[in-house]
Order: sequence, then C-alpha cells, then structure tokens
Amino acid sequence: MHYFVGNLGHFLVIGAFVLSLVATYAYFQYTVSPELDKPKWKVYARGVFYLHGIAIIGVVSTLFYIINSHYFEYYYAYQHSSKLLPIYYQISCFWEGQEGSFLLWLFWNVLLGVIVINTNKFWEGPTMTVFSLVQAFLTSMILGIVLFDIKLGSSPFILLRDAISAPIFQINPDFVPEDGTGLNPLLQNYWMVIHPPTLFLGFATTMVPFAYALSGLWIGKLREWVRPALPWALFSTLVLGVGILMGAYWAYETLNFGGYWNWDPVENAIYVPWLILVGSVHVMIVFRKSNTALKAALILTITTFLSVLYATFLTRSGILGDSSVHSFTDLGLNGQLLIYLLAFVLLSIILLARAWKKMPSSEEEVSTYSREFWIFIGTTTLCLMGFQVIIPTSIPVYNAIVELFGGISNLAPPADQVGFYTKFQMWFAVAIAILSGTGQFFYWQKMNPQELKNALLMPVVVSLILSSTVIMVSKMTDPAYMVLLTASVYSIVANLKILSSVLKSNYRLSGGSIAHIGVAMMLIGILFSSGYSTIVSMNNTGLIWHKDFPEEVNRNNLLLFIHEPRDMGDYTLTYMGMRQIVREVPGYVQTEDLEALPILGKAKAKRDLIIEGTMYVKAGDTVSFINQENSYFEVKYVKDNGREFTLYPRVQINETMDMIVYSPDINRTIGQDLYTHVRTFPDPDDDIPWGDQEEKTVQVGEQFFVNDYVAQFEAVERIEELPQIDLGAEDVAIKAKIKLMGSFGDYIAEPIYLIKDKMVGRIPDQVNDLAARLTLLEVNPEENNFTFGVSTRQKDYIILEAVEKPLINILWVGTLLLVVGLTIAIHRRYGEFIKVRDKGVE
Amino acid sequence: MKKTHILGIIVIGIAIMIIVSTAGDASTYVSFDVAKELADEGNENLIHVVGTLKKDGEGNVVGIEKSRDLLSFAFVMVDNNAKEERVIYNEPMPADFMRSEQVVVIGSYKKDYFVADKILMKCPSKYQEEEVQVGSVL
Repeated sequence: MHYFVGNLGHFLVIGAFVLSLVATYAYFQYTVSPELDKPKWKVYARGVFYLHGIAIIGVVSTLFYIINSHYFEYYYAYQHSSKLLPIYYQISCFWEGQEGSFLLWLFWNVLLGVIVINTNKFWEGPTMTVFSLVQAFLTSMILGIVLFDIKLGSSPFILLRDAISAPIFQINPDFVPEDGTGLNPLLQNYWMVIHPPTLFLGFATTMVPFAYALSGLWIGKLREWVRPALPWALFSTLVLGVGILMGAYWAYETLNFGGYWNWDPVENAIYVPWLILVGSVHVMIVFRKSNTALKAALILTITTFLSVLYATFLTRSGILGDSSVHSFTDLGLNGQLLIYLLAFVLLSIILLARAWKKMPSSEEEVSTYSREFWIFIGTTTLCLMGFQVIIPTSIPVYNAIVELFGGISNLAPPADQVGFYTKFQMWFAVAIAILSGTGQFFYWQKMNPQELKNALLMPVVVSLILSSTVIMVSKMTDPAYMVLLTASVYSIVANLKILSSVLKSNYRLSGGSIAHIGVAMMLIGILFSSGYSTIVSMNNTGLIWHKDFPEEVNRNNLLLFIHEPRDMGDYTLTYMGMRQIVREVPGYVQTEDLEALPILGKAKAKRDLIIEGTMYVKAGDTVSFINQENSYFEVKYVKDNGREFTLYPRVQINETMDMIVYSPDINRTIGQDLYTHVRTFPDPDDDIPWGDQEEKTVQVGEQFFVNDYVAQFEAVERIEELPQIDLGAEDVAIKAKIKLMGSFGDYIAEPIYLIKDKMVGRIPDQVNDLAARLTLLEVNPEENNFTFGVSTRQKDYIILEAVEKPLINILWVGTLLLVVGLTIAIHRRYGEFIKVRDKGVE
Repeated sequence: MKKTHILGIIVIGIAIMIIVSTAGDASTYVSFDVAKELADEGNENLIHVVGTLKKDGEGNVVGIEKSRDLLSFAFVMVDNNAKEERVIYNEPMPADFMRSEQVVVIGSYKKDYFVADKILMKCPSKYQEEEVQVGSVL
C-alpha cells in the first residue's frame, strides 16, 4: 500500500482550494484598495495565485504518478488504467474520469491565469479575482471532503477499498488488485489523447473574456474591457471550434457512430456555447468599430461562459442518463454543480444590473444600411440557432424539475434527433451564409442602395451561375438543399470579392473573410456528405422473413460470407477473413496463421509469414501483438470501373469490460469517402455447431477434399512438447500437417493424436476461414495410412454497412480555413491590445 | 414602430415556434400498454419504452429470433410494468445485445408487434466498474 502519495495528493488539493480562496480575497483587496496599498496586495495576491498554480501542478503530477506506477489500491488508477496501457493512453486515462477532467480544466486555467498576469498591466486585479473565484469553485469539485454531512467534491485520491465495498476488503483490507480494469476500449485511440485537452482549453478560454467583462462591470470600465477580451474571445472560438470538430472527426473516423455529428445531448451541450461565443465575437467587433452594441457584447460574453457551466452541469450531473450515449457517470455532485451555475448566474446578473443604467444605449433608429444592423441580425440568428438546440437538449432537466415538485413527467427527446434538428438548423445555416456574405460589404464600406446594388450584382450573378451548374451536375432535386447550396456559394463568392480588395490594402484584415469562406465551405461539405450520403450496402433480397413485417423496410446492411463475392451498388465485395497486426510483420497477418500462446500479447506463427517475397517470421517463431484485443476484417472492394481497394474495419474485444467495440475504415478519395463499418460478426463466445464428421483415410502426400477444398496431407511428426499437457516417458504424441488450399490462399491445419497413460487423446485443429475442422482419428501402421475426421459448419461471416459520403473533404478544408482566418484575426486584435497597453493607457 | 421592435417581434415569434415544435416533436417514455393504446388511436408517433430482455429461471435470455439472412431479429422485452412484448428490429443483432441490463426501444406498434427504429442499450460495467475482480489475482 502506498498511502503517502495519495495523502500528498489530497493535501495538495485542499491546499490548492484554500490558496484559490486566499487569492480571490487578495486580488479583491488589490482591486479595491487605494493606490498606495496596491503594490503590497499585488505582490501578495500574485504569490498566492502562483502557489495555487504550483499546488494544482502538484496534484496533476501526483495523480499521474499513481497511474503511471500502477498503484491499483487507488480507485482512480484501478478504474481507468491497467498495466499494459502504453504511456500515451496513461495520459488519456488521466482525463477519462470526471475528477481528472476537472483537473485538466484547472490546469489550463492556471496556465491562462499566468498569461493574463504577465500580459496585463491594468486588468490583473479584477480579472484575476474572477479567475481565482472560478478556480475555487472548480477545485472544490475534486476536494473530496465531507462537511456537515455534505459531500464536497469527489477526490481522485480515494482508495479502492473506500470506493467499492467488495467482500475481499473485509478479509484483507490491504488487498491490492493485480491489474486495473483499463481504459474503456472505445477511448483507446489517439483522439482521446488530443481531443479532451483541446476541448478543455476551449472551456477554459471562455473564462478569459468573461473575466474581462465582469471586471469591466465591476470597476466601471464598461467600454475598455472589450479590447483585451476580443483576442481571447477569438482564440476561444478557435480552440473550442477545433475541439468540437476533433470530436466530430473522432466520432466519424474511429467510433462506430456512423457519422460525424449525431445531435447527441453531449455534442449539443458544447455546440451551443460555441454559437453564442461566435455571436459575442461579432458584437464585440461591432463595438470596437462603432461603439454600439455594448450591452449585447456584455450579455453574450457572460452567457458564453454560463452556457459552458450549463453544459458542464448537463454532461456531468448524470441528468442526461438515458438520453446520451457518452455522458460522464454520476458522482452525486449535481447539487454542487447546480449551486456553482446559479452562483455565477446571480453574480453576473447583479453586476450587470448595477452597471445597466450607466451603459450607453442608442435611441436613434438603426439604419438598414448600417453594418450594425447586419451584424446584429447575424448574431441574433446564431443565438436562435443555439436556442433551438438547447431547448430540446434540456428535456431531461424539465423532467427533473417537474419531479422535484412531485409531478410526473415522461417527456423524451425527439425520436429522430437528426431529422428534428436538421429541419431547423439548415434554415438557420442558410441565413448565416447569406448574412456572412452580405454583411461583409456593409462592414467594409458605407452603403447606400445604389452602392449596394453595385457591390452585390457580381457575387449574386456568379453564385447563381455556379450553384445552378452544380445543381444540374449533381442532379440535386431537394429545393431546401438547392437554397443552402446557393446561399453558401454566394457567401464564398462575396467573401472572395472582399478578400481580394482587403488583401490589396492590408493582409492583416483578411481574417474575417477567410473565416467566413471557411464556414461556407463547411456548410457545403456538410450538405453533400450528410444530405447525399448514400448507403451502398442497401439491398433488397426480396426475402421477407416475417409475414407481418412492414414492407417498406430497407435493408441497410449486407451479409458477407467469407470468400464469397457479393455485389453492392457499383462494387463487388469479398470478405477475406480476420487479420491481426503484429510487431514483426508489416501490414496485416491472417489470424489463421497465428496460434495464440498462453503468454499475454504473444502468438506463434503457424507457417512462414512472407509478404511480397520477404520472409519476416519463420514457422514456429513467436510474434507479439501491438494490441491483442484488436482484430481486423479484410474486405476487398472492386469497383465497376476497375478501381480496387481493401478496407480493414476493426473489432476490439475487451474481456475485462466485456465489451465488443467496432471501428470503421474509410477509403478516401478527393471526391468522396467510402465508409465501411462492421455491424456484427459471429460472437467468438458462441460456438457455431459443427456438422456430422466424415472419415477420410489417406497416406502422407495424398490429396483429399475438405469442405470442397483440396487438402494436401504433407507430413506427420512426433512432438515432444505440448502446451498444458505433460508427456511422460511412455506417452506418444504425433502431429499431422495438412495444407488446405482455399480460393484465396493456403492454410495449415495440425491435428494432434496422443497416447497418454495408455489412453488415446485427439486434439482437433480448425481452419475458421474454410469452416473446416480436422481430427486425427486413427493411426494405421499396417496400411501405412491415417484416418482423419472432417467436419464442416456454416462459414464465417460479417454483416457490414457501407456508406458513400461525397465531398466530405470540403468540410475539413473549410475547417482549416476557419482556423487560418481566426488566427489572422487573433493576431490583429492582440496587436491592437498590445499597442494601447504599451501606451500605458490600460 | 421602430425596426428593432419589428425585429424583436420576429425573434420572439421564432422562439415560440421553436418551443412549440419541440413540444410537438418530443417523444415520451411509456409502457407497452400505453404504446398500444396510442397505436390503436391511430397515433403513429415514435415513443420510448424502457425495459429488460426476457430471461428464463437461469438467467438466459429467451425469445431471440434471428432472420434467415441474419440482417434483422426479434426479441421479447419486459417493460417496467412487467408486460412482455415481441419487438422486431430491422438491423442485425448488436454484438453485446444479450448482455444488456436495460434496453430502451424507440419505435411504435405496427399490427401486433412493436417495431423498433432504434435501440439503446445499457450494458453492465460499460462506463462503471462496480465489482472488483478477485479471481485472477494470485
């Protein structure tokens, strides 16, 4: 038992919590105290915050040390990690649990705090007060202490025996499990290494503009806060956006969700803050340009952070329960989470209300030809988009509220989530595309009806020509899709026009138009890849398996027996069998060629493993798996035009968690992705029954038939050793070697015949790919031949779904452009802040 | 009337539309009996039913019937009111289906069967480890 490290960690958590409270107080004093006392408080407050930061880093290191040293007496290590996990998955299991992900958030906040301290002269006091207060709240989530019967936070340092009441701990309190249960196989890929840190950095960065906004309200700098907040809001948009898209790409590429976005509550919960954040960026830009929209900028900046807190509440309180496939487990902290959310809502409302009267508000009529008008409408659209998503996503919350007051509510989320959200979001997207194209003209120049006509004529004509061409070529028939396409093309053309004129003057100003082109491209990518995704494995066999079954059902899946080609759309598919990846051989190895050894992660080659003429492993040699849980289904595609490719969708079988996880494989071309995922295959635990045994008597070197395949009886040899069987001096074991010639390659079967303690034993060998089993039944020395028992069964199969997703690359290219545009904008706005700061004004 | 007021009214209008449509499209958690009543009344909305797979005395799942081409299957589900019903699903059986502790089916009655459009499964130990495995420890 290693008590010290856990106690140290817990001590550091408590220390970090206390220090964050002290830092809040100190920074508060620094802000409100008279000029004379400020330096003293500043040094003190900084010192405390840095100490808090060191404590947080200490907590992170301690927890990682526990995971890395495999101290399974700790619940966190036991629950999320295991011995065989490579280092990068140890890092990911760090944030698999709630506590670790809170720590990740805390860690980013510390880093951001240090940056804010060192880049500000004037704003340090008030912003860091807010920072420290948020840190106090977040740290208390992992505090793990009980005060007056109230559980405050959940510590990552609790011992297994305190977390789980298993009988073993009554017998032996010092029991330490040999191994942990490991990282959830769903999460074992590199996205789990990079996606959560990005997303949590996105969460953390929304706090920076929030802190500036609250500071402005607090100390009465109602206008000045926007300048330093804007680059941060842009940075947050970038990081959070990239985080969300990484999640989408992860879901698409690795998880078996069938697509990149499913309108799952957890996805929605983070999509909404991003929309509001984008809205806040726009009103802040308007404010910087024309000193209007201050109230909107404040409200949206604050709402962004509050909606992040609400998202945290939704995903971590367990309230989503049935309605989401990937929310965190309930830690019984909903009360605490709710209190934080309400505390910050209340604090914001009070500060807003106090300053409301002092805020300028324009009484004059907004002109339709002003940039403010257009950006306002755009921002309103973004907010409505978010509103439309959050209302249904919160359905479990309404149920909980009704039940709190003793009522019964059985409201469930819409049954067809994708259809439900799409029918609204698509029209909002149309509005966004049109506004982002048109708004740019108003932003860059003063408009009157005549100028507007001149400016818009070219983009409108060009985009109408372009999109009608695309509509005709792609045989688009859905009017809604035509509208979205035209609007997006218009946005691209209009922004290109703006871009070309902006680039002539100053490339630093090009961020907006580039980002808008990116967004419009993303819309086109989504339109085609989702709206025109076609299930190529759709098949109508004409078989109706049940007379009462509704006729309109579509069969989206295809059954493929091994080595039997099937036609599917323009393709002919053949399932070639299961494959493994081993360290010693490049590419894939037939599972049939390997014989698992009792040593974890090792196998013996049944025959020489030769790839393209090079022999990598000799028969009988040991090979080691990269990950023994993974198997790959080799599926060969031949397209009608002669193009050939092979895909390897994966299955991961995790015994400890009793999970079977599938992962798709994608054939990527510039024009489209062909996405293949296996829906099911014969459960390795259920044995498919063997048919009646047929006897064949043959001599060495002779050929015979096994399940219609030619089999060559190659050799017989005596063997000295058998796994798991001790051979005595009197005992005899012989092994027959039979080569089976399948349609796509040869297989080796090695049935064993042994006499042990004067009893005959037979160990059959089977070739799953050929659905054949061979048993060495009799050895007939007089006739110099051998009798084999041959049984066959149903062949191996997979059931797969294959989907074509056209033009999905436009979505990813658009994402890249969005990132580029935002980066340029961040650079420009940060420059503006630095200039003013160095003048000593702020 | 100022333009901002008109805009405000439009925004409120859209917001109301969103809420009404959410209320209209929201599904409900019901029992099989209620689902059947709804279907008999001609209501074709998809609803959620929560329940478990039917098991025999030894804990084995019973009543699973796969189609000949394995692309669809049917099973017997017991809802929270202990009513049994046959559920037909036009997708191959998910690999860990038999292990699921709880099943949520989203669909509706068609004739005498409940036809599921979507199945959500809660599997034991999927996201949470409740018991310590002692067996493998030396």
